Amino acid sequence: MKKLALTLTAVLMMGGAAMATPVKVGIAAEPYPPFASPDASGKWVGWEVDMIGAVCKAAEMECEIVPVAWDGIIPALTAGQIDAIMASMSITEERMKTIDFSNKYYNTPTVIVGPKADAMTADAEGLKGKILGVQVSTIHEAYAQKHFKDAVAEIKVYQTQDEANQDLVAGRIDATQADSIALDDFLKSEAGAACCEVKGAVADDPDVLGLGVGVGLRKGDEELKAKFNAGIAKVLEDGTYEEISKPYFSSSIYGG
Amino acid sequence: MAVTALVGAAGAASMFELLQLSPPGWGANLLRGLWNSILIACGAFGLGIGIGTLGAFGKLYGGPVLRDLLAVYTTVVRAVPELVLILILYYAVTDAVNQTLLAFGYDRIQISGLAAGIAVLGVVQGAYATEVLRGAIQAVPAGQIEAARAMGMPPGLLARRVTLPLMLSNALPGLANLWLVATKDTALLAVVGFGELTQETRQAAGATKAYFTFFMAAGVLYLILSIGSGWLFARLERRARRGQPELHG
Amino acid sequence: MRAFWKPHRIVMALIALVIVVWSVLNLRWDWVPNYLGLAAQGIWRTIWLLAASIVLGMALAIPLGLAQAVGPRILAWPARTFCTVIRGTPLLLQLWLLYYGLGSLFPTIPWIRQSEFWPILRQAWPYGLLALTLSFAGYEGEVMRGAFKGVPKGQLEAARAMGMPRLTILRRIWLPQALHRALPTLGGETVLQLKATPLVATITVVDIYAVASRVRQDTFITYEPLLLLAVVYMAITGIIVLGFRWFEGRIPSRVA
Repeated sequence: MKKLALTLTAVLMMGGAAMATPVKVGIAAEPYPPFASPDASGKWVGWEVDMIGAVCKAAEMECEIVPVAWDGIIPALTAGQIDAIMASMSITEERMKTIDFSNKYYNTPTVIVGPKADAMTADAEGLKGKILGVQVSTIHEAYAQKHFKDAVAEIKVYQTQDEANQDLVAGRIDATQADSIALDDFLKSEAGAACCEVKGAVADDPDVLGLGVGVGLRKGDEELKAKFNAGIAKVLEDGTYEEISKPYFSSSIYGG
Repeated sequence: MAVTALVGAAGAASMFELLQLSPPGWGANLLRGLWNSILIACGAFGLGIGIGTLGAFGKLYGGPVLRDLLAVYTTVVRAVPELVLILILYYAVTDAVNQTLLAFGYDRIQISGLAAGIAVLGVVQGAYATEVLRGAIQAVPAGQIEAARAMGMPPGLLARRVTLPLMLSNALPGLANLWLVATKDTALLAVVGFGELTQETRQAAGATKAYFTFFMAAGVLYLILSIGSGWLFARLERRARRGQPELHG
Repeated sequence: MRAFWKPHRIVMALIALVIVVWSVLNLRWDWVPNYLGLAAQGIWRTIWLLAASIVLGMALAIPLGLAQAVGPRILAWPARTFCTVIRGTPLLLQLWLLYYGLGSLFPTIPWIRQSEFWPILRQAWPYGLLALTLSFAGYEGEVMRGAFKGVPKGQLEAARAMGMPRLTILRRIWLPQALHRALPTLGGETVLQLKATPLVATITVVDIYAVASRVRQDTFITYEPLLLLAVVYMAITGIIVLGFRWFEGRIPSRVA
């Protein structure tokens, strides 16, 4: 009888622990289609939003999505306002100094997009004297500052990639560098298809461009890291990854 | 001519489509953002008046150290841009609260964006409100306060029955201004990603590429808010000044 | 000065000094040498944006104020509408409307890229300057309206009686006296304008706030750049306030 009571209490406590405070997963408050963007009713939709749901379900965690301004998302994590970052954040050395990452859950190349009329190549030669636009606090800004600073006329830094795309359409910048999938989405839009095209992928630089996109976590938060890694592994194994990717992408974006 | 008119009509039609209240129109998002803006502005304004009342009394009746500390507070807040203050306070306040909680052995608490925004803007408003309320209290006829003191009124009752009601009519123009500043400062919270009207507008504009439409719509909403507030405060001021002699014939 | 340094002030000043020395020694300042050049550029941009927007804004505010004070309905009404709209909407929104809103119209005007204005329309600072100027003009238009109305009628009537032409009255009597009345308010408004300048960083104009943001993104240090930024702004504010006080002292005034 006593053993039964003890077991029941243990089970109830575990159940209670499972119903504890949900894990706050931070996403960027700025739209980043097709990964995460708000729809007309204010709900966040996109591949990454679906991934968050799948990974959390696979890891048996209750997750709450919290939009946070992109350029303040790492301080928000370290200050405890959110518990994890799943905002297409690449795993880089620089970021690893401040936060920790889970295993990657996708990896796509970085490309440069420019006007159709302009025959430029995706390197320092091709960008000579041009104005390049990048989003603040991204690997693309770091890459541009490191490799293209001397070649380009100016590097303009925007709060969102969308604003950079807008200025490309408006003609204020000559090129923008960003993730190939995000730019793909832009080129499918009316304005993007009319004006611009992909000029090529930039030369890889793993130090700056990182080793894929992972879940950002506080340093020392091993428990949560293990849970997320388990969730990601499960999603990759049991086919949920393909299922989620099918409506958005024609091939897997897990990358090498 | 006809083509331009048709194009114009089509443009206007699609504009209204984008703004309509139910999806695929983004109108509901914008209104929700407006509501958030109003909530934050109300909270910040209320907190500001609370801090301002304490600050004003402190500056007028407090000791020299208190007066100097309040002078530092008002000077710093009025000299540093709100954007910088918002960033500092947003991260510092949440960090400080969590560090103290951790130090005492409690769990971190999650401070919602709404609470943080209200706290930050409230602190900023408090500095300006201190000055407005101080000026208003100083404009209260000294005779009234002296008479109440002569009759033995305790300070608390004095403040509640005499000073505050008389000060209100003097303070209302300055407070009306502060309210407008509060409603417009909520836009700055878009830079920290909080979903008030400007942020919702930016998201809607980004998703649909109809920048002009949405920014104009947001402008109209803010204008309605400010003109409405102006009218409301004018009525409040007329009511607060009832019984006082008119300033000019 | 002796009256200022009461005992409690000396103690507070010493405490403040201790805090400053502690911060200098204990917080992270290793990034400062790397960004000094950029910081100097940023401060310069902030100051000239402030100065230019104030000069141009006042140039616009004087006719706006005059129109509202004495103008015929047809001039007063647009002026009043302009001031109401500017003062009723946030500067951030006005800024984004001008930059991104107008920018979104560019692709619909294909000949714009060949026009002479294109190099200016391309860059971000003209929009920042325009938004700040219009904003200042909107607020100062109200101030100038009050100032123009506040000049004693007797002065204007006397000048008229002496046969002064209208424009000379404006130039010699009305405007200088109105400006003198408005001067204390203008000092405060200049400080407010300084506090509005950081917003241009959101449209890629690199002022001192943008430099501080850049430092925060590159180094992930949260507080130190912001604290230093606050000190810079306080220093500039101090200079503005002292400048206005000196200027007010130099103007001979007989308070009747």
